[in-house]
Amino acid sequence: MENLNQIIAQGKKEIEAATDIRVLEEIRVAYLGKKGTITAQLKLLGTLPGDQRREAGVEINKAKGQLQQQIQARRKVLQQLEMDKKLEAESIDVTLPGRSIASANLHPVTRTMNRIVELFTGLGFEVKTGPEIEDDYHNFEALNFPAHHPARTMHDTFWFDDGHLLRTHTSPVQIRAMKHMSPPIKIIAPGRVYRSDSDQTHTPMFHQVEGLVVGETITFASLKGVLNQFVNAFFEKDLKIRLRPSYFPFTEPSAEVDVEWQKDDGSTGWLEVLGCGMVHPNVLRAGGIDPEKYTGFAFGLGVERFAMLRYGVKDLRQFFENDLAFLKQFK
Amino acid sequence: MKISENWLREWVNPKITTDELVEQLTMLGLEVDAALAAAGDFTNVVVAEIISIEKHPDADKLNICQVDVGTSENLQIVCGAPNARKGLKSALAMIGAVLPGNFKIKKSKLRGQESNGMLCSNVELGLSDDHSGILELPNDAPVGTDIREYFGLNDAIIDIDLTPNRADCFCVKGIAIDVACLNEMPLTMPIIEPVDATIDDKIEVKLTAEHQSPRYLCRVINNIDNTKQTPIWMQEKLRRSGIRAIHPVVDVTNYVMLELGQPMHGFDKASIDGAIEVKMANKGDKFTILDGKEVVLDESYLMIADNQNYLAIAGVMGGLNSGCNQGTKDIVLESAYFNPATIMGKSRDLGIFTESALRFERGVDAYLQEQAMHRATQLILAICGGEVGPVIEAKAEDCIPQAKTITLTADKLKRVLGFTVDKQQVTRILEGLNMQVEEGEDSWKVIAPTSRFDMDIEEDLIEEVVRLIGYDKMPSQNLFGDSVIMQLPEAIISTNYIKNQLTTLGYTEAINYSFVSRKQLETLNAAEGSIALKNPLTEEFAIMRTSLLPGMLETVKYNLRRQNESVKLFESGHVFHKDECIVEDEKLIGICTGKRHLEHWSMSKENIDFFDIKGDLENLLANTKASYYFVKSSLDYLHPGQQAEIKLGGNSIGWIGQVHPQICHKIGIKKPVYAFELFINNIKQSTLPSFKEISKFPSVRRDIAMIANNDISYQEIKTLVVKETGDLLKNIFVFDEYQGENIRVGNRSLAIGIVLQQNNSTFEDKEVDKLMAKVVSSLKVNLGVEIRGQ
Repeated sequence: MENLNQIIAQGKKEIEAATDIRVLEEIRVAYLGKKGTITAQLKLLGTLPGDQRREAGVEINKAKGQLQQQIQARRKVLQQLEMDKKLEAESIDVTLPGRSIASANLHPVTRTMNRIVELFTGLGFEVKTGPEIEDDYHNFEALNFPAHHPARTMHDTFWFDDGHLLRTHTSPVQIRAMKHMSPPIKIIAPGRVYRSDSDQTHTPMFHQVEGLVVGETITFASLKGVLNQFVNAFFEKDLKIRLRPSYFPFTEPSAEVDVEWQKDDGSTGWLEVLGCGMVHPNVLRAGGIDPEKYTGFAFGLGVERFAMLRYGVKDLRQFFENDLAFLKQFK
Repeated sequence: MKISENWLREWVNPKITTDELVEQLTMLGLEVDAALAAAGDFTNVVVAEIISIEKHPDADKLNICQVDVGTSENLQIVCGAPNARKGLKSALAMIGAVLPGNFKIKKSKLRGQESNGMLCSNVELGLSDDHSGILELPNDAPVGTDIREYFGLNDAIIDIDLTPNRADCFCVKGIAIDVACLNEMPLTMPIIEPVDATIDDKIEVKLTAEHQSPRYLCRVINNIDNTKQTPIWMQEKLRRSGIRAIHPVVDVTNYVMLELGQPMHGFDKASIDGAIEVKMANKGDKFTILDGKEVVLDESYLMIADNQNYLAIAGVMGGLNSGCNQGTKDIVLESAYFNPATIMGKSRDLGIFTESALRFERGVDAYLQEQAMHRATQLILAICGGEVGPVIEAKAEDCIPQAKTITLTADKLKRVLGFTVDKQQVTRILEGLNMQVEEGEDSWKVIAPTSRFDMDIEEDLIEEVVRLIGYDKMPSQNLFGDSVIMQLPEAIISTNYIKNQLTTLGYTEAINYSFVSRKQLETLNAAEGSIALKNPLTEEFAIMRTSLLPGMLETVKYNLRRQNESVKLFESGHVFHKDECIVEDEKLIGICTGKRHLEHWSMSKENIDFFDIKGDLENLLANTKASYYFVKSSLDYLHPGQQAEIKLGGNSIGWIGQVHPQICHKIGIKKPVYAFELFINNIKQSTLPSFKEISKFPSVRRDIAMIANNDISYQEIKTLVVKETGDLLKNIFVFDEYQGENIRVGNRSLAIGIVLQQNNSTFEDKEVDKLMAKVVSSLKVNLGVEIRGQ
């Protein structure tokens, strides 16, 4: 028994001294393995007389248990140490920039157009589109521009040999929509339009959003109300707007809408932002709608204009230069 | 259309300021582009007569003039104008005068000769851009009179941008009618009485093109005094409308056009052979117009001809040889109505813009010709005298447009406008616009003035009513009952936007139950403050989650066990805990493990690491445009060497890191798992784009390679560089990081790129060097880094 106590003491010492799992495993094998010291002791049991054998057996198994426990405890400690060491080695500078493809952004015109459309779809408007290569009928005639009418000179038009043209406004969508829908109609038509004009304040291509509402109770006062709400919602500001009499062949009465705007020098002035009016009876007729039963209003706005006001862009032409230094500012 | 404010006020003079008048016009649909002073701002300029003139002894181009300004002694003035001559009456800026641009006139010497003032040109007084010489005033101009008074210069030029429908407003009368109606004032017309013939001379007129010219009037005036000048008041009114005075007859026809809206023409009677015929041109005909240009015609051109030649392109421009000139004694005045469709586009096709064509193509009142003829006669007689022949009128009655009769109903008015207008107000407005109104029970039968080409249908009258009420006085209504356009804050990033962004970054959305097991929470040491369900379905779903991580780790494990080599997921949802009361927060978690890329021949087969998920997270943070950074943290459920606190705009909003390997081990996940979790509301507030001018100047890149202690984070280095470079820094990035061989243990080599740019000038090398030296020195002093290659 002296021997056994010595073995345990020695084993415990060795276990405590083990600095890694591998050494600990060797120790385990040395004591508890098939050829281990404790196992050897157990094998000796058979040589003992019956009554001693039993007592010694209990003792040896107790010692075995103690060592096993000891090894397990040490293993845990060593594992933790090993883990700590590993984690320590895996330490990184977490402030280094991440690895990714930086997300980019939409063109400011798209951003603005989406916003306008979203505001109107929230009020139940449906989005409609039309072709950009249009015919004279949809772009002018059906919109109450007779041939040679002076109002046509307000639209510098790009023509094709076969008589087609690039639409000068989104208003042709009004006609196309009316022909395929029946009142009540509430549509919004965003898109590209073209005019053969290019200088500091004009680009040959730009974007408009057209709105058309036709129903039995659509009034000029409701047009004013909707546009007022729209301007305030778009700019998220309680802006003063004014409707001013104007002229478009396809509306009667017609109005321009001005917004009171703070200029760079701090003073305020009126800024024209869109055109609108009650749909002309001839236009309703062209759309297959009875002007005696229904009234409607329409409006058209320049998207670039709204984008410029919203985001502080001064030069219209920048929208189509597609300079990344410009585009990336609209994230 | 430019018009003198004073002229308009002769017709109707509401007691309002110029600004208010401009506002009224604009709100009437007669949009005023600008109201400019009739002349530059000047004082102390008087009518002066040159009494004598002699050459300057020492300067070829200068003259010495003795000038009478009505004082006892003449003034000596040195003048270089080519038109300075004895007897000329002109404008003299006296000593002490202040001319436009705050130009003060002082006593001076020019090449040794004294000059006591300055004789002025149009340009110097801001009257026009004519700088050919000094002003030439009529002989009867009273010497010594203040020029401002003499010219009536305390006036504004109102420039109106007319829409194509308002042809009637190309004259003072048309504008005055609108203003009078709006202000409920009477209109003061000039007195225009028929001028009877004193002689029998006449030119016969033959209307061949009846449709195109249904009415043509002409009248002979013989023996005009061709030495007379157009009076200053008329010259000035013309000038303020942008028309130069040329010849009394031409000036009078222009005046009548501006006053009443009837373009007229004055022929030299001597140039007309026989009768006048109004007919269409033949294809290929040639005609030399007033300015000497020869144009080729076709059948679409309406022409005024005599027995031999064309005299004018009707409504567009007269011919070179038929107009009035200085020697003209006898004239023929034309006052006609041409069909707008006939004139339309001609001016553009020929490339000659005339006031006449502009009016005829938009529409001239077909019943105005006789009145205009008498008005012009009256004015010509007053200026040049003469003997007047009878008015000859040729007309095709059937082709003259008739006045339109339109019925407006109160019902339609209300249906279109959306509100009720007082009946009397409607009548008053329509009558105020010179309409003949017959009031019915609930309607108005209206005969529109023939000057109003835009009056055709009921809606046109409705516009007139609401225009005169004022669009600004009209009420606003909702489109559908009480539904209004909703607010849509643009600077707020929606949860959906963030979710979509994560999906494009490769994260799939998961939805885990909001309840978890106590064991799950305890594994993560996240059970504190948790709220247990009283009647859970099972122990697995017993407690409201305090973090999105436990549920997500189960989901990751689940998917890894189903043959997914890589897993990238996100979830947004509420987490719950009890403080003093129940607290619910909306959080977003992103989690990933496995390979960086899908298997692809060209892609590396590396595993996802911390910087992958950090890059993805940075994309979300960048939306906010707020400054964000990461601070090493010590959460016990994360890898101690691979975790950070997310700081946005100074606030701690969440964590990012590798899930602690021991926890993964416990759960049964063998691969390293990376995750972030944050308060989603903290990454939703952004700012609107605000465009800043792009620098036109090139940027420069400089690199710094350094050896730094591992304790020094890149964040510290970056902060220092930002501080030292300020606005000039356009970009900063790390292009190399290395530890190991040749680098002392506990240190690393770090190489950063710095991009600098100035907004208003090119960066000179020397400036960049200086700035970089400052950066490097700051890095050394503050962080103790060692700069490589130094």
